[in-house]
Amino acid sequence: MLIRKSGEHPILPSEITPRAVFERRREIVRAAAAAALLPVAGPARAARAGPAARPALDARPSPLSIDEPRTPYEDVTGYNNFYEFGTGKGDPAAHAHRLQTRPWSVRIEGAVAKPGVYDIEKLLALAPLEERVYRMRCVEGWSMVIPWVGYSLSELIRRVEPLGNAHYIEYETLADDERMPGIRAPILAWPYVEGLRMDEAMHPLTLLCFGLYGEVLPNQNGAPVRIVVPWKYGFKSAKSIVAIRFVEKQPMTSWHMAAPREYGFYSNVNPEVAHPRWSQATERRIGEDGFFTRKRKTLMFNGYADQVASLYAGMDLRRYY
Amino acid sequence: MRARGLARAGQPAAPGGADGARRRSQDWLGPVRAAVFVASLLPLCRLVVLGMTGGLGANPVEFVTRSLGTWTLVFLCLTLAVSPARWLGAPPAIVRLRRMLGLYAFFYGSLHFLLYIWLDQWFDWRAVAADIAERPFITAGFAAWLLMVPLAITSNRFAIRRLGSRWQRLHRLVYLLVPLGVLHFWWHKAGKNDIGEPAVYAAIVAVLLAVRIVRRIVAARRA
Repeated sequence: MLIRKSGEHPILPSEITPRAVFERRREIVRAAAAAALLPVAGPARAARAGPAARPALDARPSPLSIDEPRTPYEDVTGYNNFYEFGTGKGDPAAHAHRLQTRPWSVRIEGAVAKPGVYDIEKLLALAPLEERVYRMRCVEGWSMVIPWVGYSLSELIRRVEPLGNAHYIEYETLADDERMPGIRAPILAWPYVEGLRMDEAMHPLTLLCFGLYGEVLPNQNGAPVRIVVPWKYGFKSAKSIVAIRFVEKQPMTSWHMAAPREYGFYSNVNPEVAHPRWSQATERRIGEDGFFTRKRKTLMFNGYADQVASLYAGMDLRRYY
Repeated sequence: MRARGLARAGQPAAPGGADGARRRSQDWLGPVRAAVFVASLLPLCRLVVLGMTGGLGANPVEFVTRSLGTWTLVFLCLTLAVSPARWLGAPPAIVRLRRMLGLYAFFYGSLHFLLYIWLDQWFDWRAVAADIAERPFITAGFAAWLLMVPLAITSNRFAIRRLGSRWQRLHRLVYLLVPLGVLHFWWHKAGKNDIGEPAVYAAIVAVLLAVRIVRRIVAARRA
């Protein structure tokens, strides 16, 4: 696990094609298409301002990264589910600027030897940051490939010393009704709560995440700190977290409470277990698949079966969906 | 029954109706019809233009499919709104726009369904059949579309003449299929408790159906 050969300096995936270049490439393709098909229309996105320069995060590459084309920055940061800012995919990007990410702290509570309030700066410095390029599969049937920046959540968990009865963790998203307009809608029981079994939380793939594309997280992606669990549907990867609790019993999570038939506690990516309203056998890769491209097959555990399948040995994954 | 009679294309407006009045109403009907025809194509043109200029967002297929579904509901509501508009004093000839509005609902509904079969299911007929059988929101949407098919097929003078009074009965299916369409939208959003938008359509359709019931009751009392 996590073998790093010294002296070898792999190139960070985000260094291969600078963001600005492939964003521009996309615009060029679009402009060419527009020019060919519709000579009179001006380029619709030309007026769009580039992303605000965000502070860079110094991260080393990780062997846990996958080698697949990454979803363009504008899609990763413009197509989001963050219902605290509204249910539209563009709502988070439109409204999340109101989120205040400093000062920020995370409460560590429950069955741990070292509970307390951890400041975001302290969390950032807790362990070396890594760039982890992960697949992200949304329960709705679309996927992305995102270069996250963070470290394994286990680094934090070890330091706070869970007690013997800490069998699960639950983590909670900020619920600020002044800055998060979506909270007025009775869609979920706010604050948003998600959870993991302790062995899932300790798995090296489970990320405490602070950034993407080499920069601090944009607000709509869950700034300043979030969880990323790449083998589970995206809603397990809660954003903008303010608390992590160590508990004995399986936590009641937000989507499970809202629609227990549709969203299970485990919610592992599984092409064989359909969502009640749609099949999960295929997915559409955002930004990469063209309009007339056939959807790709969804992989068991989102392609991380080799690393995580053993966590669920002997479990009926149809029952524990 | 006058309004009913007008609904049948090609029949005289009213017994003893003034020819002059009829001609006047047709003077403006032609341009209005053309304008409605062109305006009804705008939602599709918008999608094409957005598609060519990269304006469909990160998930273009979802955007287009949902937009087509929304416009299907809009045209169904417009179709149902024609008679109430007439009762509220709109010129009788607007009834003659109804067939076009109904056919546009079928047009957008068919594109919506086609995109699902093609880009979502990639002509995997077994998966489509399983979806229709197992997923209530798809069952409702498919049923609504299926019920539109006979209405679209019989929306011509020949069928109207041929079917006679049965035509009227057949076309009452619209009162079933429109609520099914709203139900399709409602159930699609219900899993995420996000029913704001479907609720708007449900309210509009409820009002459009309620005015018909009220009118019938009032008419029955008068008789």
